[in-house]
Amino acid sequence: MIAAISSLTLLGLFLGLVLGFADRIFKVESNPVVDEILAMMPGSNCGQCGFPGCAGAANALADGKAAASVCPPGGKDLAMALAAKLGISLDLSQVKDAGPQIAHVSEEICIGCCRCIKACPTDAIIGAAKQIHAVIREACTGCTSCVDRCPTEAMTMQPVPVTVQHWVWPKPVAA
Amino acid sequence: MNQPSVVAAPYTYISKNVTNVMSWVMIALTPATLYGFWLYGWPAIFLWCLTILSTLAGEAFCLRLMGKPAKPVLLDCSAALTGWLLAVSLPPWAPWWIGVMGGLFAAIFGKQVFGGLGQNPFNPAMVARVALLISFPVPMTSWVSPLPITTADAPGLWQGLMITLNGMPKAYDAIASASLLGFAKTEMSRGLDLVQAFAQSAAPSLSIEGFRQGSLGETASFLVAGGGLVLLWLRIITWHIPAAVLAGVMIPAAIAHGIDPGHYLPASSHLISGGIVLGAFFIATDYVTSPNTPLGQILFGLGIGFLTWIIRTWGGYPEGVAFAVMLMNIMTPIIDRVCKPRIYGRNRRGKPIVADKVI
Amino acid sequence: MGFMERIFKQPRWGVHPDDHKRPAADAPLRHLPTPAKLYVPLVQHVGAPARPIVLVGDKVLKGQMIAEPGGNISAPIHAPTSGTIVAIGDVTAPHPSGLTLPAITIESDGRNEWIPCHGVDDPFSLPPEQITKITAAAGVVGLGGATFPSAVKFNLGKRLEVSTLIVNGGECEPYLSSDDAIMRGYADQVIDGVRLVMHAIGARQALVGIEDNKPEAIAAMKKAAEGFDNIHIRPVPAWYPMGSDKQLIQVLTGKEVPADARAAELGVLVHNVSTCAAVHKAVRLGQPLVERIVTVNGGAVKNPGNIFVPIGTLVEDLLAFCGLKENPERMILGGPMMGTPLPHSRTPVVKGASGILAFNEAEAAVPDAGPCIRCGSCSKACPMGLLPLEMAAHIRADDLEGAEAYGLQDCIACGCCSFICPSHIPLVQYFNHAKGELYSQERAKLRTEATKRLAEARTARLEREAVEKAEAAAKRKAARAAAKAAEAAKLAPSPDKGRDGEGFAAASPAVMAANPPSPPLSGGSPDGAETAPTPEGASS
Repeated sequence: MIAAISSLTLLGLFLGLVLGFADRIFKVESNPVVDEILAMMPGSNCGQCGFPGCAGAANALADGKAAASVCPPGGKDLAMALAAKLGISLDLSQVKDAGPQIAHVSEEICIGCCRCIKACPTDAIIGAAKQIHAVIREACTGCTSCVDRCPTEAMTMQPVPVTVQHWVWPKPVAA
Repeated sequence: MNQPSVVAAPYTYISKNVTNVMSWVMIALTPATLYGFWLYGWPAIFLWCLTILSTLAGEAFCLRLMGKPAKPVLLDCSAALTGWLLAVSLPPWAPWWIGVMGGLFAAIFGKQVFGGLGQNPFNPAMVARVALLISFPVPMTSWVSPLPITTADAPGLWQGLMITLNGMPKAYDAIASASLLGFAKTEMSRGLDLVQAFAQSAAPSLSIEGFRQGSLGETASFLVAGGGLVLLWLRIITWHIPAAVLAGVMIPAAIAHGIDPGHYLPASSHLISGGIVLGAFFIATDYVTSPNTPLGQILFGLGIGFLTWIIRTWGGYPEGVAFAVMLMNIMTPIIDRVCKPRIYGRNRRGKPIVADKVI
Repeated sequence: MGFMERIFKQPRWGVHPDDHKRPAADAPLRHLPTPAKLYVPLVQHVGAPARPIVLVGDKVLKGQMIAEPGGNISAPIHAPTSGTIVAIGDVTAPHPSGLTLPAITIESDGRNEWIPCHGVDDPFSLPPEQITKITAAAGVVGLGGATFPSAVKFNLGKRLEVSTLIVNGGECEPYLSSDDAIMRGYADQVIDGVRLVMHAIGARQALVGIEDNKPEAIAAMKKAAEGFDNIHIRPVPAWYPMGSDKQLIQVLTGKEVPADARAAELGVLVHNVSTCAAVHKAVRLGQPLVERIVTVNGGAVKNPGNIFVPIGTLVEDLLAFCGLKENPERMILGGPMMGTPLPHSRTPVVKGASGILAFNEAEAAVPDAGPCIRCGSCSKACPMGLLPLEMAAHIRADDLEGAEAYGLQDCIACGCCSFICPSHIPLVQYFNHAKGELYSQERAKLRTEATKRLAEARTARLEREAVEKAEAAAKRKAARAAAKAAEAAKLAPSPDKGRDGEGFAAASPAVMAANPPSPPLSGGSPDGAETAPTPEGASS
């Protein structure tokens, strides 16, 4: 009886000590998750999420105040990556994702007013006053900031064109 | 059908498919089964039919519940093979409900609850056999002495049916006896050592050609092994698992017998009694529940052999193949994780090898 | 094969599909009459697309360069016949997606007139670099199907001091026999090409690996190689994928290519026999790569065989030449193990097209996939030592990283696993899908980083502009104040203030001139140079 009690007590003490040391040695200094999330975000600070820039959204995500589907330009992929990262469930019906999209200028309607250029968070639109503007495909994040600014509705969102180089084999349907 | 619009290469396929793999295994099992039919007569034939039919019924029932078409799945022959393997590991004169319960248990709890073919962690036939052995130890260890169907004493068609339906009649009780492994265990527990025990006249004979009491299809070790060689020849199985299982049982048995013949059975007794040969060639080699790499298969086989020997020697049950197979089935995912093949251009740890210049 | 041997000596990798090479391989070589129109894609090689250097309406001669290399890793493209450029636009690519590629369309004038070609009589007196240069200018790419620009590979081999040239005459794909045909019919050209490549890369010896199911090719090549001690013809077992670089290197030299290195770092370079013949033509005859031997085969073809086909010929025209027994159920560019499904027959033949297969209904049938029974056949067949079943299970669950951990990126997509799978699981398609997804994820990540830099640059620019604007405003204000003060001083002169005021007044016009109201252009953005006057400048 006494032997049992004392041996269990000793075991408990010993394990407690091990845990205590482990806590000291493997202490995590700060919450690195915000930085990691921030690295995943598009970083264009377009403000569509309603938070002050991507950093604000990252903080909100880390605090659990925002859903994984918070970022419209990130689309489904980002939402899924965020959900996996934070271990939260994801309601994919919340994600309006028609695939990645980018802005496109209809050259017949553009009047060269330069308003979209001012709005673009990544300087992806080139052009000058009274000159037709154009979108640099590689720099556009598809944040849609420019669409509302256009007085002539020349700016629209179009799906990113699929090319032979970008095409991906479809996943087989599981039997 | 449900293929995506574009199909990737290759556009040529081997003619082998799941159905003919399973069929070949059944063909390889046929000689040993037919010998069992001859040896134990009509009750064995009825039990065999009942077991297979109830396995198929269990499978069909589950598929019906899931709203999937049953026919293509039943036609892949995997359920029939499971039922067959279970049937040949049952006592040949076991009553009908042993076969039926075993078959249903194998299909439903051994396989379909995990998601069907390819998903089960344990060999379904062994799950059912172990479940029956634990639940109904008496009928599962009542062995009948060989009574070939061609002899006058053998039960006829009608009598055989009655034996299967009503259980073993009193008249045949006399011939119900222990198998060699059970005999050894009983005698040891009575305090006799094996040398004395086997000196008695009642000791079961050790029959190389399989003329002994035992499970329906396990006794004819040579026919079972012959079937196994057919599978090896067809490259449906590889030598690693059977060789390792047999080595795993025989090496410790030979060593222990060499040290103390009074307490340990010789390797030959281990080899040709019980279901070790059937286990080595047909049960342990089940694709779904065994590791994929040669090294993993050798570890897996050695584990089964060694555990079988341990259970037979020190365990509470005279026979241990089913338990050993199931125990190693649990280890399969871990073995697979540890024993990965070496990737071309990489070492075993997955790091790129150093270029060895051609000069 | 003995019983024990069959049980204990199993092949360590690979499969052995029915080869279906004959009778196509034994049919005499034919020439395709030049079709009326040729559609020459600008991307027929690995690397940057070629840039067209002709205009619609231009007359070109056969062999004339019509598109120049678009980068360091690229290849020029030559007119496959004489005629008129009638269009530069999109054609359906020989690609499973059915998407388009830019191409130059030539209408043949029927004369097939060559541009003057100047061959080299004694190429071995030339410096190796010159051979490489000629090969590059002739647009020679790897004709085994990889289509990597050959000259780039020569340079790599030269730089890494490759000792051994491995010539790939494996042709392990079923149905195909174009390499076989070139070795049987033009062994001398191939051997001469081998010698030229050896000269270009400085190799000491050449090992020509030929599968032993091509005895005629082996005999012809042995005869052609007589007298060249450093060229060794090595028959290898007919076993798929013997024609894969890594496997052929392993069989011929016993060495493995490290996972993170190229074959050249092992001191070997692999070139296809057809590529060697193309090098021979480029150097000795001065002819660029404008045609190749294509195997036309499959159950739907009436007269299968090997045919000289000008690059840019529509598959339709080629099949019409060979005749069709029935409407092909499936068309494949390349072999059945690794080939590309063609969306329809109006796609052009490209440099890498070793075969065009037209399958009848029986050949084209795709068996329904069943569940994995974990039989392990795939991992036994995998020439790379991977576990296809585990990778596919991870990909099915969308765990691409998990599949990568099992070595997805080491997969060479040879198709052994899908071929051997008794459940007919489309394993290769899983891997193709996963590799594509991972690649696009990687690209998306790079893109995110790039846009992040752009956004930061923009923020920096806006801040700088704000500061500059504020400074300019402050200066204007000060100038106005100074002017006021000066006026006040005029009215009521005061020596101290006057000097200060004069200083300001003197400074302010200069400041105003140097700082026109329009702020400077965006600084950090890469497209800054293209960005014309910014909106503020324009509107103010």
